Amino acid sequence: MSENLRVKSSQYIDETTRVSFKFNGTTYYGFKGDTLASALLANNVHLVGRSFKYHRPRGIMTSGSEEPNAIVQINPNTNRTEPNVRATEVEIYEGMEASSQNCWPSVNFDIGGINNFLSPLLPAGFYYKTFMWPASFWEKYEYFIRHSAGLGKSPTLKDPDIYDHRNIHCDVLVVGAGISGILAAKNAAKNNYKTLLLDEKNELGGSTIYENNESNKIDNKISSEWLKKEIEELKNIKNLEIKTRTSVAAYHQYNYLLARENLTDHLEKKDKTNKIRQRLLKIRAKKVILATGALERPMVFNNNDRPGIMLSSAIKKYSDFYGVACGRKIIFFTNNDSAYESALSLNDKGIKVEAVVDIRKQSETNLEKRVIDAGIKIYWEHTVVDTSGYKRLNNVSIMKLSNDGTSVTGNKISISCDCLGVAGGWTPAVHLYTQSGSKLAFDEDKKIFIPNKNNSDQISVGSCCGDFKLDEILKNLNEKLKNFLDINKTDFENITVNNDQEISKRNIWLLPSDKALGKTKPFVDYQNDATAKDIKLALREGFRSIEHVKRYTTTGMGTDQGKLGNMHALGIIADTAGVKMGELGTTTFRPPYTPLTFGTIVGRNVGKFFDIFRRTPMNDWHVEQKAEFENVGQWKRAWYYPINGETMHQAVQRESKAARESSGILDASTLGKIDIQGSDASEFLNRVYTNAWSKLGIGKCRYGLMLNEDGMVYDDGVTTRLGENHYLMTTTTGGAANVLGKLEDYLQTEWPELDVYLTSVTDQFATASLCGPNSKKILKKIIPDLDLSDENFPHMSFKEAKIGSIVCRIMRISFTGEQSFEINVQSSYGKDLWEKCIEAGKEFNITPYGTETMHLLRAEKGFIIVGQDTDGTMTPIDLQMDWIVSKKKYDFIGKRSLYRSDTMREDRKQLVGLLTDDPKVVLEEGAQIVSELNKNPVEMLGHVTSSYFSPNLNKSIALAVVRGGKDMMGKKLFIPMEDKTINVTVSNPVFFDQTNERLNA
Amino acid sequence: MFVINCPYCGERDQQEFKAGGEAHIERPKQPTELSDDEWAEYLFMRKNIKGVQYERWNHAHGCRKWFNMIRDTSNDEIKAIYKMGEKPPSI
Repeated sequence: MSENLRVKSSQYIDETTRVSFKFNGTTYYGFKGDTLASALLANNVHLVGRSFKYHRPRGIMTSGSEEPNAIVQINPNTNRTEPNVRATEVEIYEGMEASSQNCWPSVNFDIGGINNFLSPLLPAGFYYKTFMWPASFWEKYEYFIRHSAGLGKSPTLKDPDIYDHRNIHCDVLVVGAGISGILAAKNAAKNNYKTLLLDEKNELGGSTIYENNESNKIDNKISSEWLKKEIEELKNIKNLEIKTRTSVAAYHQYNYLLARENLTDHLEKKDKTNKIRQRLLKIRAKKVILATGALERPMVFNNNDRPGIMLSSAIKKYSDFYGVACGRKIIFFTNNDSAYESALSLNDKGIKVEAVVDIRKQSETNLEKRVIDAGIKIYWEHTVVDTSGYKRLNNVSIMKLSNDGTSVTGNKISISCDCLGVAGGWTPAVHLYTQSGSKLAFDEDKKIFIPNKNNSDQISVGSCCGDFKLDEILKNLNEKLKNFLDINKTDFENITVNNDQEISKRNIWLLPSDKALGKTKPFVDYQNDATAKDIKLALREGFRSIEHVKRYTTTGMGTDQGKLGNMHALGIIADTAGVKMGELGTTTFRPPYTPLTFGTIVGRNVGKFFDIFRRTPMNDWHVEQKAEFENVGQWKRAWYYPINGETMHQAVQRESKAARESSGILDASTLGKIDIQGSDASEFLNRVYTNAWSKLGIGKCRYGLMLNEDGMVYDDGVTTRLGENHYLMTTTTGGAANVLGKLEDYLQTEWPELDVYLTSVTDQFATASLCGPNSKKILKKIIPDLDLSDENFPHMSFKEAKIGSIVCRIMRISFTGEQSFEINVQSSYGKDLWEKCIEAGKEFNITPYGTETMHLLRAEKGFIIVGQDTDGTMTPIDLQMDWIVSKKKYDFIGKRSLYRSDTMREDRKQLVGLLTDDPKVVLEEGAQIVSELNKNPVEMLGHVTSSYFSPNLNKSIALAVVRGGKDMMGKKLFIPMEDKTINVTVSNPVFFDQTNERLNA
Repeated sequence: MFVINCPYCGERDQQEFKAGGEAHIERPKQPTELSDDEWAEYLFMRKNIKGVQYERWNHAHGCRKWFNMIRDTSNDEIKAIYKMGEKPPSI
């Protein structure tokens, strides 16, 4: 069934290497070097997709990354599948499969095509307007809308490929390797700039490389021949790195650019394995030269979207570069000279050009003469008013344009054809330029936006700055490069350039038809099916801002980001609203320029490299004991140690009982530890903690609460005075880095006069916390010569001792309410210390416990956990911790805020205990608390912050924050849950051992 | 992302730094003598201007030093960088 439309051997296609591939299940053949689009066109396949909304048949329209229609799913149902790939960019390889998207059951027979006939019922904003009522039905509508919309299918299998990131620093980055980019890179590198040249295509040379027009000559050589010589010379230049198949995705401020280098997508399956597929280049360039070229514009006329209607420049590239004819009877439709160049080029290759339809008034230039000499008919001042052919163009109708270009007159002429090349002029590719923060200006004459005010050290050269003719490109390039690179001359300073001179363009954003606008389909955005009608409707409905019109009509919101149609949308808005295009501005060009895979973005940061994690020196022991772990900050902490298939609840109940009845041991190495030294260390602590520190004796420990300047609790922990000018502060596990940062901030910026030095020693020490009534006996076994009597070593004190030859710091402090000892040793001895404790504790049933049991034990004692029972809105007074706030100290961080009218309110949320009326019922953390049941709406008084079943009290306990809770002791409150309401009573938050007898038992 | 010239380490990528808000807001020496409004002025009120702004920055993943920066927030141009305690240079 496939036909061969190869016209002439092309030097860019390797005709000796035939490649077979499948498209929608049919096997086709192409050649090495073909894109999927060129290979399909060579097989006379134009119909490749369906449009988003009306499901209209669509064909290949362009030859590059701006393609709106020919987007396909590559290798469907495999682990390397990728949706929304532009057929015009992807290179074919042996065994490749591709399929159409957004159609069911097939691209040839698509049920969604019914939307095309319903289109009068589906104007802009249809979904917004229709599915609003009743609001509760949205969930039902959504199911169907989501199913009928959507492009490709995202992969569901694990990605087998490797992705990578690379940082590059260069003096000059040149984006785009057309003639301007090549000359720019060459001259930069030759002048000792370390230069990087990038291009998204696999061949250098842009559109000049296949330009065989006899009248475009440089130094009397055809421009492509001249450029080939230049490219050849690049190989011998030092300082120059060239990367092809590399697309710049983003241009951020300070000349920081992100580019995707494609390394294996064009290779056969067997050659892809164990190679890096794509690499994200993070480029920091001192200078940037943008040579990104220009995109040809289509024109907006009735039924301008049929398969077979393409950009004139794309038809030229398919024939000159790929050696493929896009049709057998081709018509060009133009408002400028470039279609004539395409027509001549096709004619040279023996491809039949039926006619050129030109909306301009007749003129005679050399170019037009040659077209007439070739026997091609020119219809001056005519426009296409309609096209026909559902799945492939077969006819165009043209009529004479009126003088003002707003209507058509005379008889309709019908011309049969199978391909229409549209040339609507050129739009500079300024996407990256504006991403960098630089500003555009509108050129009224050329009807284009061009670079105007640069935001970084950059220039735009070639057609991306609005130079379209070879002579002006090279002349301006020469001057700009000399200035930008600060050099006296370039190596192409004295070339002679000849090219055709252009007659003036005629720009009509929306071409008239013999039918009323309402009866036509002039598409502006092909992928999203936005027509000129939709834009006018949006204006009638009151939308004025271009950003609003864009979102309402979805113009420019497809995967192509409106690279083709945005200018027409602007033009139609400007014409309709009677404003100047320059005043209207453009929509924002956002990165990425072309879509990036998630793989490229994350690079190597997948699997276990997804995020940094920290493990304690005792980690291996916990793993051997089959502990379950939880993440606390970046730490992996032992959560609980299940034995014989215990559930978490069972394990935690057992661990909690053991810790109070005999002994438990906790790995507390993750607590933040900050070493504080200096002659003003005591004064410093006075200022950062709420309580007083000056009188703390050497060898003593004290609990401290740290506030933010707004009076809210920030962190807590025990600090030990190791010497006259030496303290060791502990912080919460998750808050360690932030606390250090905050303390440094105050020291460096507010109190530089203080002589204090802070050092993080979290990683330097491992900590085993031994607790329970038998903890003293166990410690005695490990360090027999240390006097552990309450007189010598009381609660809240510190001793330095030795285990064998290992120095250790022991603090007698408690987070459980039991007697406990925190033993700190140098990290490398951490596991050894732990094992010694376990060994010595065997006879006392020493029970390792994890963070969950730690939380339960401290909740029994009503000790808060910053970040669980507080949330950045709790003052120490709210926590009923008035005792720790010094009244005598003149100042400390947050003190003044405790006297603000808001922080002194009586009805703030305050920490209380809650006991459930049914002691077996355990509350859900986060559950809301109310005081009335039969009120709607009812005021939420607060929420449960910590909740456990206490094995030591044999009942459920909870901590909660409740509005005005301090004065509610004994009051009954309610916790409404989905299926029932739980009755609770407000209690003292200290549930266990309220007199602290056990600390010294 | 910016390139920031840390006054202690030299040019580094922005990702090594942490922004610390408006600069030259001195913590009152005698907070207890301030009215609620005066304290709130210090505590909450920040200009957040579009244009030239004086800011504090911290080389958090480097030397951990704080310093000041004058930055145009409209185009992210860094106009000057100077150490804590130094007078802002005229720009």
